[in-house]
Amino acid sequence: MSARIGVVTFPGSLDDADAARAIRIAGATPVALWHGDANLHDVDAVVLPGGFSYGDYLRCGAIAKFAPVMSLIIEKAQVGLPVLGICNGFQILCESHLLPGALTRNDHQHFICVDQKLQIESTQTLWTGDFLPGQEIVIPLKNGEGGYVASEATLDELFAENRVVATYVGTNPNGSYRNIAGISNKAGNVVGLMPHPEHAVEALTGPTTDGIPFFTSVLKSLVGAS
Amino acid sequence: MIDSVDTAKVNPDTSQPWAELGLKQDEYESIKQILGRRPTSSELAMYSVMWSEHCSYKSSKVHLRQFADKAPKTDALLVGIGENAGVVDIGAGWAVTFKVESHNHPSYVEPYQGAATGVGGIVRDIISMGARPIAVMDPLRFGPADAPDTRRVLPGVVAGIGGYGNCLGLPNIGGELVFDESYAGNPLVNALCIGSMKHEDIHLASAKGVGNLVVLYGARTGGDGIGGVSVLASETFDADGPAKRPSVQVGDPFMEKLLIEATLEVLHAGLVEGIQDLGGAGISCATSELASNGEGGMHVYLDRVLLRDASLSPEEILMSESQERMCAVVTPEKIDEFMALCKKWDVEAVVIGEVTDTGRLVIEWHGEMIVDVPPRSVAHDGPVYERPFHRPSWQDALQADAPTPERLNRPSTPDDIKQTLMDLITSPNLASKSWVTSQYDRYVMGNTILAQPEDAGMIRIDEETGLGVAISTDCNSRFAKLDPYAGAQLALVESYRNISVAGAKPLAVTNCLNFGSPEDPEVMWQFAQATTGLADACLELGIPVTGGNVSFYNQTGDTPINPTPVVGVLGVIDDVDRRTPMAWDEDGDLIYILGETFDEFAGGEWAYLQGHLGGLPPKVNFPMERLLSEIMVAASRDGMITAAHDVSDGGVGVAITEMALRANKGARFWIPDNIDPFVFLFSESTARAIAVIARTEELRFTEMCAARGMSATRFGVVDSGLGADSGHPGEQVIVIDSLFTFTVEALRGANEATLPALFGG
Repeated sequence: MSARIGVVTFPGSLDDADAARAIRIAGATPVALWHGDANLHDVDAVVLPGGFSYGDYLRCGAIAKFAPVMSLIIEKAQVGLPVLGICNGFQILCESHLLPGALTRNDHQHFICVDQKLQIESTQTLWTGDFLPGQEIVIPLKNGEGGYVASEATLDELFAENRVVATYVGTNPNGSYRNIAGISNKAGNVVGLMPHPEHAVEALTGPTTDGIPFFTSVLKSLVGAS
Repeated sequence: MIDSVDTAKVNPDTSQPWAELGLKQDEYESIKQILGRRPTSSELAMYSVMWSEHCSYKSSKVHLRQFADKAPKTDALLVGIGENAGVVDIGAGWAVTFKVESHNHPSYVEPYQGAATGVGGIVRDIISMGARPIAVMDPLRFGPADAPDTRRVLPGVVAGIGGYGNCLGLPNIGGELVFDESYAGNPLVNALCIGSMKHEDIHLASAKGVGNLVVLYGARTGGDGIGGVSVLASETFDADGPAKRPSVQVGDPFMEKLLIEATLEVLHAGLVEGIQDLGGAGISCATSELASNGEGGMHVYLDRVLLRDASLSPEEILMSESQERMCAVVTPEKIDEFMALCKKWDVEAVVIGEVTDTGRLVIEWHGEMIVDVPPRSVAHDGPVYERPFHRPSWQDALQADAPTPERLNRPSTPDDIKQTLMDLITSPNLASKSWVTSQYDRYVMGNTILAQPEDAGMIRIDEETGLGVAISTDCNSRFAKLDPYAGAQLALVESYRNISVAGAKPLAVTNCLNFGSPEDPEVMWQFAQATTGLADACLELGIPVTGGNVSFYNQTGDTPINPTPVVGVLGVIDDVDRRTPMAWDEDGDLIYILGETFDEFAGGEWAYLQGHLGGLPPKVNFPMERLLSEIMVAASRDGMITAAHDVSDGGVGVAITEMALRANKGARFWIPDNIDPFVFLFSESTARAIAVIARTEELRFTEMCAARGMSATRFGVVDSGLGADSGHPGEQVIVIDSLFTFTVEALRGANEATLPALFGG
């Protein structure tokens, strides 16, 4: 039986179908989770997809963290449930304090949609084990509020603990501190990523298929655990 | 004091502001005749807005009939002109609906909200057919790129389209960006949406079944978008009541996203008998159209409408153009389920009335009858005008002023020709549009196969089979100014060609006809010519018009815009895996020009850069366009072709530059025999495309072209190794015969610098 990976749909989620497709392509079974759900339907991992949950009103991700399904996810993530937050999902993870720092308005003030080159900095997380350290990949980036900010001490700690998952290569697309494109928690089960690996899983529709290893990595970790 | 039907009977002579509301004396008289009394203020408000040019098409109707009268025979059309949007059969049980609409004036007044609500409105048209919206596109036209007003309007329009569309989760897959003096003070912001559905999910706007309930759901009704009706409001409000209300609507894309999901869910659950979106003319339009299309009667309790502003008068509620609202007709048995699904999506809904068989649309306000009208008289039987028109006195002189070598100096030395190419690809109309399109999400939904700068946008519909659709919009309004009949046809053939070079088969047409004032006989002549030209061309190409939109009064003072009949063509491709991209790839692949090049510069980009507009536009050749389309589709289906690009704005020179930039790979070209290099590189003759063919397929391809009578001339070869010999070791280089060379990086740098320099980084 293949692994069950939940994809949460909040009101305003947009990339939930894309995340489900990527999970299928990686060989797992996507499970739709509704924001109002009071249980996680026995999923082995969770993806928080991109979009504008609750219209991004107040602050991106600020309302989503209070969704019933999120309290379960926060609780389980603290004891090892693999969680990948993409774009709005990354913002929700920061608002939920599962990850440090915050995402702010792009420094150039425009929404940006580009094929972005990244360097994989850490292969020590549950979501990046299938990459090679230092590997360069190209996946879509699309955000209006993707500038990662944190205190100098936090940034130093993230790098020292090998928790910076990926950095932007070339022009910094959104003003993120130290070119950070994604980070993980200390345990490596929770990863937040501003670019969109789920849009790079098919040669026909993506710039590359470089996004697939994010989804296959977590499957290996699940097999290893069971 | 409420102006009820009873009051209207008792006080027949009350003076009414019909002129301020835009009605003519005879129109007011005919309302009185229809009702047998003076209208109430609410009725007057309804008629005034429903009989406006925007809603009634009163000046264009007699010309638009040609699209139906001359429609080619086709089995592809499931729903034709007259519904919210036409529906086209694309096979395998799938159908597609698409439409383009203008939001020109609101976008000029308030660029961000005007453009944003333009996207919102067209998306609701698509969901009201029962379709899931799958992509948007925006044909945009502005005044000169360096004009201060363009700098005011353009960034807001782009941000509004992005802000709304990105938040809805709809990929933006193309569009147009054109600058021309004629749009100074009157930009054109057109919005296109495409949706897909299974045949059984098609829904129409009709209120059927006596006793069925009419539900208004979505955003609450507020005071936005009321416009001219505030004249009435000012009469009914106390002096210290709310005064000026904004006439441009304000959009909430999050609410629209919820509305899409809730609507599709109630439709798929089989809970809806009829459905209508609320756009222009708000509740007036939705109730009268639903009733008129259905049993003919409806009783509405207007005081049940959920309000954002409790002080709104009934006239204002009827007219409000608040966004993100829909109206559905639901049987009493299914109403609880309908309401539950709305609640699931946090969408407010309220039953505002029921379907009757009285033949009357009756609207109550706290127990008083304020509207009692035959709905058809509001929705469909508005005035129809045969506006006078005549050929402009200047038309002959304009056409006589052709850009001959005697009038316009042509570049002849290699350096001059090289500079001409550089001037063209850095001009705002031909420069890279990525400053705009990188502000739009093209990836969401994961089905985008092709997006700008490709010739057509292409979307996968069925992941199992690869069935997909392609769509493109086009219009060179300078061609239409020179000859509106030919100009509309040229817009169609370019769009048709863009679909074909991507490997898709053209199926159907939509349009957005942007013109000046219909009260100007010269503008009306342009309109009559353009509609006739387009209808004739659709018949020639065998593809029907499925719907469209007319936007009049696009002018500043007495000066109308260039006639701008934007034409969108939809095509189908059985497997998106075989789509033809514009980037060449393999070294050694051969580059062909299909079709013939003539000395045709009038209205083209080169003449425009010289500040010249005159002569006759390029000749339209329908048999060759059809042949070219068939060859491009066959070459794609049989795996002969690796890349292709339409030849249009800026000619062959610009087309091969765009291909090299997309490929990031060099190529070597030679000028065919017996043609002047300048004419070959920059003429805008029609029915041409560039095709890139693998060497192993060359014979098969050229034999197919020869057998079918299509001119195919080899004039280039893909070559990534030209850098060393041309003094640019390690670089990708374009070599044009013995005339000149360019590195791809130099071309890219120049091509991508223009818009950021104008509008900021």
